[in-house]
Amino acid sequence: MFVRPLVLPLVLGFCWFSTGLFAADTLKIGVAGALSGDLAPYGIPPKNAVILAAEQLNQQGGLLGQQVEIIAVDDACKPEMATNAANKLVASEVVAVIGHICSGATKAALPIYAAAHLPVISPSATSPELTLDGAYPLFFRTIPHDAAQAVVQADFIKDVLKAKTAVVVHDKGDYGKGLALLVAEELKKRHVKVLMVEGVTPGAVDYSALIRKIRRAKPDVVAYGGYHPEATKIVTQARKRRIHASFISGDGIKDPSFLKIGRQYVEGYYATSPRDLGKIRLTQQVTEDLAKRNQRPGNFGLQAHAAFSALVNAIKAAQSTDPDKIKQQLQSQQVETTLGSITFDPMGDVVGAGFSVYQVQNHEFVDLHFQLK
Amino acid sequence: MPEWASYLVEIFFSGLTRGSIYALIALGYTMVYGILGLINFAHGEVYMIGAFVGLIFASLFSIMGLPIWAIFVLAMLAAMVWSGAYGYTIEQVAYKPLRKAPRLAPLISAIGMSIFLREYVILAQSADFRAFPAMFESLPDLGDFGDFLQPSELVIITTVFVVLAGLFYLIKFTKTGRAMRAIAQDREMAMLLGVDADKVISMTFILGSALAAIGAVLISTQMGQINYNIGFIVGIKAFTAAVLGGIGSIGGAALGGLVLGLTEAFAAGYLSSDYEDVFAFMVLVLILIFKPSGLLGKHHVEKV
Repeated sequence: MFVRPLVLPLVLGFCWFSTGLFAADTLKIGVAGALSGDLAPYGIPPKNAVILAAEQLNQQGGLLGQQVEIIAVDDACKPEMATNAANKLVASEVVAVIGHICSGATKAALPIYAAAHLPVISPSATSPELTLDGAYPLFFRTIPHDAAQAVVQADFIKDVLKAKTAVVVHDKGDYGKGLALLVAEELKKRHVKVLMVEGVTPGAVDYSALIRKIRRAKPDVVAYGGYHPEATKIVTQARKRRIHASFISGDGIKDPSFLKIGRQYVEGYYATSPRDLGKIRLTQQVTEDLAKRNQRPGNFGLQAHAAFSALVNAIKAAQSTDPDKIKQQLQSQQVETTLGSITFDPMGDVVGAGFSVYQVQNHEFVDLHFQLK
Repeated sequence: MPEWASYLVEIFFSGLTRGSIYALIALGYTMVYGILGLINFAHGEVYMIGAFVGLIFASLFSIMGLPIWAIFVLAMLAAMVWSGAYGYTIEQVAYKPLRKAPRLAPLISAIGMSIFLREYVILAQSADFRAFPAMFESLPDLGDFGDFLQPSELVIITTVFVVLAGLFYLIKFTKTGRAMRAIAQDREMAMLLGVDADKVISMTFILGSALAAIGAVLISTQMGQINYNIGFIVGIKAFTAAVLGGIGSIGGAALGGLVLGLTEAFAAGYLSSDYEDVFAFMVLVLILIFKPSGLLGKHHVEKV
C-alpha cells in the first residue's frame, strides 16, 4: 500500500552456492528474486528467511531423509534476467522454487518453470492474472493479489452487510482510486447496485455537496478508497447529516489517527487490512532468529518463510517431490506458518493469510474474523 | 416542496458555504494586489496558521472551562490577532525591502515565505493531522429547515456576511479605508498628500490576514481536522476567485468567491465531484475570455 523508500543495498549478494559436491544427497530448492539493484531490499529478506528455515530443518534431520540445499539466484526484478535465473534453477535440478519477487519477473520466468513442470511459490508477486488466468497450474503465492482486498470488501458488503445499493467514493489517487474501482467492479458482479462512483480532491474546503448527493442517493453502503484524513472528514459530515449507511475502506484508513480524529463518528466503520502477524508465536520466533543474524523479515520475508513451510509440509505429506503430488498437498493441507494457518485455493492463491475485516468498536479496530467463502 | 427543488436548495447552500470561505480568503489576495500590485503567495499559509492558533487557543480555553460560544469567539479573535501579526511580519520581512525591486523579486520571496511557514509548522506542530475542537456540535437543530442547512453552515454564512459588511463599511466610510483606496489609486500622490503609505500597507496585510484567520477557524471547526497543508488548495481556489472577480476589486473578490463556490457545488451535486475543479477552472477561463479583467475588475490602460 504505502510506498516505502528504497534503500540501496549495501551488500550486493553473490549467491551461488556450490552445487555438485553433494549432488546425490541433497534436495535442492531454488530461491529467485532481486538480490541486487534497487529492489534488492525486497529480495534479500525472503532469501535470508528461507535459508534460516532450511538450516533449521536440516538440523532436525532434513526432508525425506535428505539435507535441503537452497540455491539462490538473482533476477534484479528484471524480466530478461528472470528467464536466465529460471533456466539456471531448472538446470540445477531443483524440486521447487520460492519466488520470484516482482510480478513482471515472475511472469517472465513462469513459462520456463511450466516447461520443466516445477512448482513455484511466490512470496510477493501480487499481479492478479498470475494465478487468475490459470495458465500456470503449478504457481502458488503466499501473498493476496491486488484485487483480493476489493474481493474481500465486496463479499463483506454483499454477504454480511446484505447491501443492495452502494456508493463508491475515492480520492483520485493511485491507491484509492485503484481499490475503489475494483470494489465497484466486484460489487456489480455480485449484483449490488453501484449508484455512483465519485472522486474527491484531498484537502478541499468542504465536501457538503457530495455528502448531500450521497444522502439523496440513499445507499446501504459507502465504500471509500483512500487514506484516513478524507475518510474521517467524509464520514463525520455524513453522520452529522444523518446518513446511516455503513462505511467501508481499505488498509489506507487503518491508522490510529483515524480513531483519534474521527471520534464517535467513525464508530462502526469497517476496514479491510492485512492480518496483524505480530501476535503469532512462530512469527515472533522467526523474527528473533533473524535478528540474531542481523537480518530482518523485511516486507516479504515472512511470506517467503511461510512459502517454504508450506512446501516442506506438502513434500512431507506426499512423501515425494513429484510436482503434481506437491500441488495436491498444498491445496489440501492446512499448515501453520509465519502467516498463521494457511492453505491454497484451486487457483494457487493463499487462503487464510489474506485480508481481514476490522470494525471500529469503542475507539478500537476489532478483527471481525471474516472469512471468504 | 418537491424533492428536486429541495435538493437544489441544499446544493445552493453547499455552494454558498464554500463560496463565502473562498470570498473571505480572496479578499486578502485582492487587497494586497490592489495596493501593492503584488500576489501574496504566503496568504494560504497565513490561513493555515490561523487554524493552528485557533486550535491552540480553543484547547486552552476549553481547559479553562469557558462556555462553547465564548471559546469559539475568543479562539477566533486570538487567531485573528495572531494571523494579523504574521501578516504584518511577513510584509516587513519579505516584501517591504523589495518594494522598489523588479516585480518578480517579491513574487519569489512570497513563494519562499510560503515554504518557510509550512516547514516551520511541520517542525513546531508535526506533519500529522490534528483534531480541531468540534464547537458547532452543540448548536441547536434547525428543525424543518435543518434538512437544507446545517447549523454550522448557517454560522459560517452569517459570520462571513457580517464580516464582509464590516469590511465594506471600513473601506468606504472610514479614514483608513479612504487612505487604502487613495494608495491603491496612486501611491506617490497619496504620500504627497500626507497619507502614511507604510502604515496603510501594514494595515492592509493585518486586515487580510485577520480575514483569513476567520475563514480558517470557521472551516476547521466544520471539518474537524487540520494539518500544515490545508492552506494550499484553499489558497489556490481563493486566488482563482480573486482573479475571477477582478483582482484588486473588493466586491469582485466577494462575488468571485461565491461564483466559484456555487459552480463547484453544482458541478459536484449534479455532474460528478470528480470534475468540480474542472468546472471551476472552466468558468474562470470563460469569464476571462469575455471579461479579461474579471467580473468587477477595472480595465487598466497600460501606461507607456
